Amino acid sequence: MRLTNRDWNALGLSALLIAVVCCLPFLTQGYWLSIGVTIAMYAVLATSWALFSGPTHYISLATAAFFGVGTYTVGYGIEVLPYWTLLPIAGVLGAVLAALAGLATLRLSGVYFVIFTLGLAEFIRQIITWVQNLTGQRGIYVLTSITESHIYWQLVGLAALVFLTGWLIGRSRLGFALRIIGDDEEVARHSGIHTARAKVLLFMVPGAAAAIAGAILAPRYVYIEPMLAFTPMLSFQVVIMALLGGTGRLWGPLVGVIPFTIIWEAISASFPNQTTLLLGVSFLVIVYLLPRGFVGLIEDTRHRGREAQA
Amino acid sequence: MRAQSPVLALRGVTKRFGGLVAVNAMDFDVAEHEVLGLIGPNGSGKSTTLNLISGALHPTAGTISLRGTPITELPAQDIARRGISRTFQLVRLLPSMTVAENVMAGAVFGHRRRWGGEATAHAEAMLERVGLARRGHLRVGQLTYIDTKRVELARVLASDPKVLLLDEWLAGLNPTELEEGIALIRSLRDEGRTVILVEHVMDAIRSLCDRCVVMASGTKIAEGGVSDVLSDPEVIRAYLGDEDA
Repeated sequence: MRLTNRDWNALGLSALLIAVVCCLPFLTQGYWLSIGVTIAMYAVLATSWALFSGPTHYISLATAAFFGVGTYTVGYGIEVLPYWTLLPIAGVLGAVLAALAGLATLRLSGVYFVIFTLGLAEFIRQIITWVQNLTGQRGIYVLTSITESHIYWQLVGLAALVFLTGWLIGRSRLGFALRIIGDDEEVARHSGIHTARAKVLLFMVPGAAAAIAGAILAPRYVYIEPMLAFTPMLSFQVVIMALLGGTGRLWGPLVGVIPFTIIWEAISASFPNQTTLLLGVSFLVIVYLLPRGFVGLIEDTRHRGREAQA
Repeated sequence: MRAQSPVLALRGVTKRFGGLVAVNAMDFDVAEHEVLGLIGPNGSGKSTTLNLISGALHPTAGTISLRGTPITELPAQDIARRGISRTFQLVRLLPSMTVAENVMAGAVFGHRRRWGGEATAHAEAMLERVGLARRGHLRVGQLTYIDTKRVELARVLASDPKVLLLDEWLAGLNPTELEEGIALIRSLRDEGRTVILVEHVMDAIRSLCDRCVVMASGTKIAEGGVSDVLSDPEVIRAYLGDEDA
C-alpha cells in the first residue's frame, strides 16, 4: 500500500487530535468527563454504524443488541476471566452475531432489515430476562477498580481503531465494492461482486465495535439489567446522530455526535419525561432539513462558494 | 459440426414465469470471435434469454455452458467472474461516482481483477477505447445519452470478458450517434471479441453479425447467416404478420 503525502498528513493530524482528546481527564473530572465518555461512546457507535449503513443504505437498529451482548459478556465473564480478555471476546461475539443476523437478513431489503434488527435487540433482551427469571436473579453487579478516566481512554482508543478501520476499508476493494452496491446492486452483481458476502463482512464491523463499547461501559453501570443494556433508545440515538452528521464521510457522524450529545444532556436534564417525544421530533427535523447531514451542508456551502468564485 | 468447441452453448433452455413460457427450449452455440445477433419482435424473449445467460435469472430447465463448463445455476457475480459481461437494456451507471470510477468497477471485480494503479490505468485505456479519453473526471449526470452507453460499454470491456452481452446497446440513438455506435461495435468485432447482440436496428444486424438467431414467442424460429435468416418467410411473418408474408 502506497501512502501519499496527503495520507501521511491526515494520519499525523488524526494522531495529534487523538493525543489532545486523551488529555481531557487531566483537565477535568466529574460532569465534563462524563460528557466526554458519552461523546466517545457515541463516536464509536455512530461512526461504525455509518461504515455499514452509509454506503449500503441499510438502516440498522441492532446497535443495542451488539452493545448489550458486550455489556453482558463483561457482566457474566468478569468473575471468571481477567477484564482485558473480555473486550476482544465481546468483539468476536458481536461480530459473530452481526454475521448471523446479516446472513439471515441482508438478502432482504429495506424495511425488513430495519424491523429485524430492531427485533434482534428485543429478542436477546427477552432471552436474558427469561433466563434471569428462571434463576431468580434480577441483574448482575460489575465491581471493578476501573475509573471513569480509564473508560474514557479505552473508548477513545476504540474510536481511533474504528476510524482506522474505516479509513482502510475506504481504500480497499471492499470499500469500493460497497459504494457500487450502494449505487446499484444489480450492476454490482453483474460486475462480479459477491454482494451478500461484502455486506455481511462490513456489518461485522459495527457489530464488533458496539459490543466492545458495551463491554467497556459495563464497569461504569456497576449494576447491569437487560432494560439498561439493550435499551432501544440507544439504537435510535445512534441513527439520529449519524444522520445529523452525515454518512457520506468518515468524520461525518462525529460532527453530529458532539453537538447532539451536549444538547441532549441539557434536554434530558430539563425535560426528563419528554425525551422520547423530543427524540422523534429531532429525527423528523434532521430528515426534512438536513437529509445529508452537516456533511452535506458543508459540502453544499463549499460548492456554492466555488461557483460564486467561478 | 463446428471445428472448434463453442464458447457458449445453450441446450433446451426454458424459463417459465408461472403459466407463461418466456423462453422455450432454446438451443444455440456461440463460437469464438463470433458476433451473434439475437433478434425477434418485442416480447419474444430475447432479453430474458440474455438475463438467463448473465445469471440475472435462472432457467426453469436446460443448461448453459461456458467452454463446456455448466454455468446454469451460478449466481450473476460468479458468471461475471468467469468472463460473461453484459450491458443493460436501460443503461445502468453508478450515479454517485465519476466516469472513471464507473469503469473501474469492471476492472476491479471482473473476469480479470486489477487493483490500484493498474486498475486506474486500465480504466483509462478502456475509456479511450470507447472514445471518452480524458473524460474520466466527469460525473455521470453530465454525460449525453450515447456517452452513458459508452461508459457502460467501457465498464464491461474493462473486465476482459470472454463473452460480451449487449442488450439493445444501439437503441435510442439518433442517426449520427447510431453511425458512431455501429462503428464502435464493429471495432469490437474486428478485435475478435465474442459478442451476443440483442438488437432491433436492422442495419446494425446486417453490418455487424456473422449469424442470427431469431426468436418469436419464446421459441427459436430460425438460425443462420444474416441475409438467409432475414429473408426466411417465417421470420418475416413473425415480424410483420401473415398478410405481408
